[in-house]
This record gives sequence, structure tokens and C-alpha cells, in this order.
Amino acid sequence: MIADDAPQSTTHMTSTGDGSAHELLQRLIELQQTYHHIPWTEIERLSRQLSLSQSHIVGVIEFYSFLHTTHQGEYEIFISDNITDQMQGSRLLAELLAKGLGIEIGTTRADKRVSLNYTSCIGMGDQGPAALINGYTLTALTTERINQIIQRVDASTPLDQWPRSLFEVSSKTRRKDIILNSEYIPGAAIAAGLKNGPTSLLNQLEQSGLRGCGGAGFSTASKWRFCAAADAEKRFVVCNADEGEPGTFKDRYLLQAHTDRLIEGMTLCAAVIGSSTGFIYLRGEYRYLLQPLNEILEQRRKAGLLGQSILGQANFNFDIKIHLGAGAYICGEESALIESLEGKRGIPRSRPPFPVTQGYCGFPTVVNNVETFCNAAMIAQRGPEWFRQVGTPASPGTKLLSISGDCERPGIYEFPFGTSIRDILHACGAQQTLAVQIGGAAGRMIPATEFNRTIAFEDISTGGSFMIFNQNRELLRAIENFTHFFRHESCGFCTPCRVGSSLLAKQLSKVMVGHATAKDLDEMSILGSLMQKTSHCGLGQTAANPILDGLGKFPSLFQSRLRATSFEPAFDLDASLEEARLLTGRDDPDAHLEGGGV
Amino acid sequence: MSSPIKVATASLAGCFGCHMSLLDIDERLIDLVGHIQFDRSPLTDIKKVGPCDLGLIEGGVCNAENVEILKAFRRQCKILVAVGACAINGGVPAMRNQYSLAECLEEAYLHGTGIDNPQIPNDPELPLLLNQVHPIHEVVWIDYFLPGCPPSADTIFTFLDELLSGRPIQFAYQQIHYD
Ligand SMILES: Cc1cc2nc3c(=O)[nH]c(=O)nc-3n(C[C@H](O)[C@H](O)[C@H](O)COP(=O)(O)O)c2cc1C
Ligand code: SF4
Ligand code: SF4
Repeated sequence: MIADDAPQSTTHMTSTGDGSAHELLQRLIELQQTYHHIPWTEIERLSRQLSLSQSHIVGVIEFYSFLHTTHQGEYEIFISDNITDQMQGSRLLAELLAKGLGIEIGTTRADKRVSLNYTSCIGMGDQGPAALINGYTLTALTTERINQIIQRVDASTPLDQWPRSLFEVSSKTRRKDIILNSEYIPGAAIAAGLKNGPTSLLNQLEQSGLRGCGGAGFSTASKWRFCAAADAEKRFVVCNADEGEPGTFKDRYLLQAHTDRLIEGMTLCAAVIGSSTGFIYLRGEYRYLLQPLNEILEQRRKAGLLGQSILGQANFNFDIKIHLGAGAYICGEESALIESLEGKRGIPRSRPPFPVTQGYCGFPTVVNNVETFCNAAMIAQRGPEWFRQVGTPASPGTKLLSISGDCERPGIYEFPFGTSIRDILHACGAQQTLAVQIGGAAGRMIPATEFNRTIAFEDISTGGSFMIFNQNRELLRAIENFTHFFRHESCGFCTPCRVGSSLLAKQLSKVMVGHATAKDLDEMSILGSLMQKTSHCGLGQTAANPILDGLGKFPSLFQSRLRATSFEPAFDLDASLEEARLLTGRDDPDAHLEGGGV
Repeated sequence: MSSPIKVATASLAGCFGCHMSLLDIDERLIDLVGHIQFDRSPLTDIKKVGPCDLGLIEGGVCNAENVEILKAFRRQCKILVAVGACAINGGVPAMRNQYSLAECLEEAYLHGTGIDNPQIPNDPELPLLLNQVHPIHEVVWIDYFLPGCPPSADTIFTFLDELLSGRPIQFAYQQIHYD
């Protein structure tokens, strides 16, 4: 039964609606797009249709940054707030936009025309400052472009009538190596897999030494083998296209420019492990890729490379659904990603059991990064020796880097593993570099004295984020940005990370405003190592890295801001009496407090 | 143990529950008496804190006087302890932090029900309120934190006992966990 007063439900869904609770997140995303909030009538309707409690549904809405129970603007604008966006002037532009729209950042305008917020890195580090408007990406913002946006919002121009140029995402590859230089032959990898059989393909993958490109570097052959060996009636293939690590955008490039390789890799995996269903978990920030991806899936179905009887093999059926995220970095963690795929809050599961034995709906599941699937397809096509011709023995092949920050040529670079940071900096035209943040906010900050180190699992491992800071930059700003990122993105499930990330952010701001003493730095180190040791998942275990690396490698950044006293209050004592002075009209000596610590 | 240690206590923005828990040590107080001498404390009514070995603070910091007392304690006490949830987190009094001070005072003295002669008190005798309630470690360095609302008498006794005997301070799980 549909309530009379309920607005018309939307019917076109992102993944094929099967009316199950797993559809919840996708339905909510559609509703947010339609109504700019999730109306209560819809929550009630979903509750009935999916047999879920209303509080469960509200819990899901509140978990994801892009979903709201309160009315957002008809134009929902999110400004990407990564440090590289800030270095390109995003904060000033955001203020300009806010002023032009007559709105404060973090609010919705009274007439509900527009809302404006900051959001975590949206994967446009090579063409920032960037923003999202109703889920679609605006790139290379300038004052001129901000004015264009203000005009169109004021005129209520529908998004599809805005100039295309505002939404142009370029896919600049600055350096190609064996992977990007090789021609992809449609269906070749799948044909090889089907012809030689799973065992031979797994052996090839193993000989190639391919390791996961999402950051952790687990052997891809082992992952597929474990999954294939797990006793179950169904198996799933999942592509992790959540790419939330600040500063990474190489998966965006692959999804946009090499979609066929990705799908070929996933289909190959399905052939090897015996799976009929795959998912691409596409981060909400890449919504602009949804339609092109669906078109390519459709083309491949027509070409017999996907769907029923792939390459004429009667018993090989495999299809892929795209599942959108809704602004939650933690959903890149594979078990949180699976929870999210099941329509729930993205809270990491306890591992073991690992997804390879109990993943999506409890069935064995391979979760791989976009780049990993692309590489697997090319290895099946060209053989393991071809892949091993570059790289190091422990890290064969190449790595795609997303280079941004202070350099002449930001963009996508393919480098063999084992390349030194110095060579990479040289290639992208970075000068007077003070430090490089490798592996994103969760990665490591590398000072100039260590630029002879290399990109490799045995040295500095990375999912591909490479942010450069030159000598004019205040590194503490970057550390602060990353620390705030983790505080915002902590899923809140476990105390060390939920509370610890907030405490770290507070203590760091005490340092930044010059109220901290040496004791506060000790406290930060103790807290940071506690978080590393006791957090439930990788997010909390790495959230203190920026501060710990800063303290370890750039101690003077912190020490130069310390007070000489043994301890200082965290806030300005006298200023915090100001409101009471105003309310009471008092200004006697007792209405003031001396500053400073004891 | 030779000379007794000097102990001072104070209740800032708290409810005296933590002090009650201290008294709840019951007959073990008698064991402690020989080892402890109270300085400033609601128990002695001494108004000014002198040099002490140990200071126990209940409650968070909500007004100017709290700040002054806390700083005096820090100057005088070798070891300063945050006792209870209010001292550690701000606790119940800090629930006002989600409102502005003006909202709080207007509700209490101007617009609330049953108010006669509405006005916000401004007598110089009254300590001015801070715009937010703070945990005490945001104002001075704190050496130990005893969690609980209040920490149990047992926890407080264990703490004093271990401190007096010079052992490293250790608690049984239930003494500082509430799950
Ligand atoms: C907080 C957190 C975020 C992550 N985000 C991503 C991500 O955006 N993309 C990704 O491929 N892997 C991410 N991972 C790693 C995944 O959990 C998983 O290891 C990876 O998808 C496995 O694929 P691979 O073996 O091909 O690298 C993240 C891990 C953590 C702890
Ligand atoms: S470590 Fe952080 S992100 Fe991970 S489960 Fe705990 S609270 Fe959530
Ligand atoms: S912690 Fe509990 S018992 Fe102690 S002062 Fe606060 S409210 Fe009272």
C-alpha cells in the first residue's frame, strides 16, 4: 500500500532493484537526488517495503555524508577540502561562492535554492580546486567559474543546461610504461583464461607477482585462489572503486579511460573463481562516471563479453552491477565496503573471517582495487614475463601514481616499482621540495633527506597518492588537514579511533594557536600509538600517522610553536568570560582572569 | 611511614558526589587517618590551599573562581588528580555547552516559569561564568584521572593506598571500567 500523501517513488535505480534490504542505500541515494533530502513519508514507505525499522533507515542516512533528513538546497554544492585543493586556493573560492550566493558555508539558504559545504578529497587533485554539484564534478575552479556558478544558481538554470566545460574532467597521462603502453585486445584475457583453465591462469598470475594496488599489496593470485577454494554455492567479484584516500585519482583515470580493461579483469576473475555476479563499488564523488560505465557494460553485453554465455561458452554467465557510495571514506575498507554493498552503514567487520571466505552476504568474495583488475587482465593477455620485465623482485611491474601539489606537471604517472622519489619529483617538475606525502593521509610524510628511497612494497608502499609540498608551504597545515580528515571520516564504531581522532585534532589545534607545551606533544605521541595499537580497523590504525610522522621527522614544526612554561590552558581564559561580562555589564577586577599556565 | 601526607580537596562544578564517595571508604578511613592530614577541603573548611602532596579535584571548570582555585591547587600540590566524570569530561554541568551562555542565563533568570523580578545577577561577589564548561585538564596539568560518576570508594581507597605505599598505581578491572 502506498500512502496517499507520499510523493511518487522513483523507479529508476542504480543497480537492478530486487526489493531487498540490500537496495536501501541505492534507494536513499536516488531519493536524495530527487528531493534533496529523504522525506519521512519515504522513510516510512521504505520501512514497509524492505521490512526494515525506521530507526535503521535513519541510522543509514546519518552515516553517509551525502544523505540528509533535513532539506538541502536544490543545488547541493560540496567544495573539495583536501590540502591540495586548499593549496590551489579552494578556501578563498569557497568564501567567494558563499558570499555570492548569500549563504554561510555549512548551511542551506532559507529559500532552499542552494546548500554549501566542504567535503573530503573528491579525487581531482590534478585539476582542482574542485567541487560537486548535485553529485556532478566541477573542476579547475577560478573566480570566473565561481561567478558562472552563482549566476546559474540564481537563475535556477537546470544542470543539464550549464556549460559542459565546467564539468570537464581531463585524463592527462604524463608518463606511460608497460601497462599503459600496451594495447588492450577485447576479450583476449577472458579467452586465455577460458582456454587454459583456472589453474593455469592462477599460476600465471602468481608468476607475475601481481600485488594488490589498493595499498596493502596482498598477492592477487593468493586472494583469488583462496576464494576459489572456499566451499560455497556462490562467489562474488567486487571492484573497489571507492578511491577515497586523499590525493589519489588514478582509479578515476582507469575507470574513465580504461573501463574495458577493468571489466575484462573482473570477468577473468569470475571465470577463475566461478562467479556469476560482480559489483563495482563506485564512490559517490564519481557519479559522473556512472552513465559511461553503464554504457560500456551494455556494449560488452552486446559483444558477448559480459552477461549470458560469455564468448560463446554456454556455462559462463557473469554480469556486473554498479553500486554507488554516498560520501564515506571508510567504505573503501573492504569489509565496510561489503556492508555498504548490503545497503547498511559502512562499519568494518571483524576479520577474520576475511571476505575471501565470508564476504558479500556471507559468500566468498574477491575484493580488488581497480588497478589490480586492469593489471590482471593485461597479465592474462601478455604473460607474466612481460609484467616482470620492470619493477623489483618483491614488487614486480609498475604503479600508477596520482601526482598533485607543488609541481609543474600534476597528473597520472606510470612508474616501475623501485623508482626513487627523487626521479619522480624530477619527472613531474617539482622544485625546492620540502616533503612528499606518499600514500595519502594514511600514508607517510617523507622529508627531503629520504628522497633516495623508492616506491615499492619493500620500501615506501602506496596506493598511488603522491602530494608534493615545496619550501613555501607550512607542513603543519597539511598535518592538520589530514588529522581533521580522519576525525570526520572515523566511522565511530570503536572508542580509540572515535575519541582519539577528536582528541588529536584538539591537541593539534592547541599547538597551532600557540597554547601547547612540551607535555602536550608527549600526550599526542602516547595517544597516537594507543590508536595505532588498539583501533578496530586500518583507519584508526593510521589516523595518527600525520602527527606521529610530523613529530618524528619534522619536530621543529611543533617545537617552534610551544610555550616555555610547563603547561598552558587549552583556551583563552579571559576571553571565555567575555560573554558573561557583556550579560552582566561587569568589568571589575574579579570579572577578569589572568592568562597563562601554572 | 613517617610523617603524614598533606591532602587538599575541592569541588568545582560538581555535585559533591565524588566527595561522598571518598567518605564512603567507611572504616578504612581510620587506617588512613594516621597517614593523611587534610589541608583545604570542604571537610576542614580551610579556605586557602597550602603546600600539599596531593590534590583531589571533583567537578569541571565552569566559572572564574573554579579557574583560580584550580590554579592555586596546581601551584601547591605535587600531585593533582581529576576525580570523577565531571573533572575528566565536564560531565553533567557541561551539558549546557550546547547552548550559549546567554540562552542559559535568560532561561534561568528571565524567561523561565515562576520568575519574580527577572534579572541576570551581576553582583561582583558572584563568580562570572565561563562561556563553556571545561574538563580540568584543559586548564592545568593533571597527573592522574579516576573515572566514574563517582569513582567507587574502593577505587579511591586503592588509589590512596597505592600512592601512600609508593607502589605503581594499579586497579582491578572493575574499579575503573563500567562495562
Ligand atoms: C580506511 C581504509 C580505506 C581504504 N580505501 C580503499 C580504497 O579507496 N580503494 C582501495 O582499492 N582500497 C582501499 N582500502 C584497502 C581495501 O581494504 C582492500 O585492501 C583493497 O581493496 C584490496 O584490493 P587490492 O588487493 O587489489 O589492493 C582501504 C583500506 C582502509 C583500511
Ligand atoms: S578504527 Fe575508526 S573507522 Fe575503524 S572501526 Fe574503529 S571507529 Fe570505525
Ligand atoms: S562525577 Fe558524578 S558524582 Fe562526581 S561530581 Fe560529577 S556528577 Fe557528581
